[in-house]
Amino acid sequence: MIRSLAGALALAIVAATPVYAQNQKLRVGVEGNYPPFSMIAPDGKLSGFDIDIANAVCAAMKADCTLVQQEFDGIIPALNAKKFDMIVASLTITEERKKAVDFSDPYYDVPSRFVAKAGAFTEATPASLKGKKITVLRNSPRAKYVQERFKESEVLLVAKETEVYLELAAGRGDIAFGSSVVSGEAFLKKPEGKGFAQVGPTVILDTTAGAGVGIALRKGEDDLRTKINAALKEIRANGTYKSLADKYFDFDIAPKS
Amino acid sequence: MIDWSIIAEALPAFWDGLKTTMLLLVIACGTGLVLSIPLAVARVSPHRAVWGPVWLFTYVMRGTPLLVQLFMVYHGLAQFEAIRESFAWTALRSPWFCAWFVFTLNTTAYTTEIFAGALRATPSGELEAARSFGMSEGAIYRRILLPSALRRALPQYGNEVVMMMHATAIASTVTLVEITRVARDVYYNHFAPLESFGVVAVIYFILTFGMAGLFKLIERRALRHLRPTASGVA
Repeated sequence: MIRSLAGALALAIVAATPVYAQNQKLRVGVEGNYPPFSMIAPDGKLSGFDIDIANAVCAAMKADCTLVQQEFDGIIPALNAKKFDMIVASLTITEERKKAVDFSDPYYDVPSRFVAKAGAFTEATPASLKGKKITVLRNSPRAKYVQERFKESEVLLVAKETEVYLELAAGRGDIAFGSSVVSGEAFLKKPEGKGFAQVGPTVILDTTAGAGVGIALRKGEDDLRTKINAALKEIRANGTYKSLADKYFDFDIAPKS
Repeated sequence: MIDWSIIAEALPAFWDGLKTTMLLLVIACGTGLVLSIPLAVARVSPHRAVWGPVWLFTYVMRGTPLLVQLFMVYHGLAQFEAIRESFAWTALRSPWFCAWFVFTLNTTAYTTEIFAGALRATPSGELEAARSFGMSEGAIYRRILLPSALRRALPQYGNEVVMMMHATAIASTVTLVEITRVARDVYYNHFAPLESFGVVAVIYFILTFGMAGLFKLIERRALRHLRPTASGVA
């Protein structure tokens, strides 16, 4: 009796083990200063579209994921230092970044825009912004865009996307260049953003196919990349993606491809 | 191993960063030194109305982190419309002013306590001798207390300056591009820790040793009378 019980128990353990082994353990790097994609509540709880996508992709891959919060500045080096296995932090796919990491297929794509005091500017051209101070996120594709095209403007580089608007509101910059979504959620729709407005049309930095924001992973991890791409396809197909996007956006943010 | 081309490419940026770091250090410690001598004299005053406010100032400044103080001035004050509309905003708008202001207040608090401690540690015999000569209080401070206290405070003050030099890294959080900020940018753009943080560590190391050496030299001159003499050993 006891022996058969022990046998059954052993069998149960053996039978149960492969189920656990299937669940890959992954750590996911996220950022936290990019509303509504990534936010940290005062109690340290993470939320936002990036966080939801990370969880949905992990669920579709049947992986046990732990989210690791890391400042945007060091997020790619931290990936390569194996602090985590993938980054879901609104990372725009760029040629420079592709030298350091691999990217999944894009999971969203939104344009950028200029924001300033209502009426301060009628358009955002290198001529109209001559001698003005543009605030923009450091080390970002937007910073590169501004530095390359607005050579006669001053550029104020700040460490976090949310600070782009803080500095604009404080009057330390004349005009901000930011994500069309974050500038709305973190600034224009809030009391601090009263009296500020978009300047000119939205700007698409990169018009090539496959552009947008992707999940980054270390170079050469093709197995994981295949799995992530399959998971992205799956959540797009089964409606999970749409229901998550609808929580935050009243327009389509899916990448065009 | 080490990619020297990254370092070579980043050197001009590090040089500019170094100038920012040193300028911040010099203006903050310079103003702090000038302010803390009278404050230290007030701190050791027997009158509560005199030492009380100074005590409160050093207590608050030493009781809160430098980063928080800087954020309160740079981001905190900018929240108020009234301040943004006021004359003070022309100064507070600048990250340089905010960093100088906060770093100065911070180092003044520590330096005041260092000098006050040295003043208190003056041997009572020196004071008695000065009084028996009929010196006034002002003359005692000018001729006896301050010269000997400031000399004795040198080793600790040297430490404070080195600590302030390391603390200038905090200025990077308010958009000032000093050497730590440069290192972070190099790190981010090349994903190379050794060529960024390694280089900045070496720069800080050289600066620290240079400063420690400088203070050793000053101490050797100013504290000659406190060195054990050959006859004392024998």
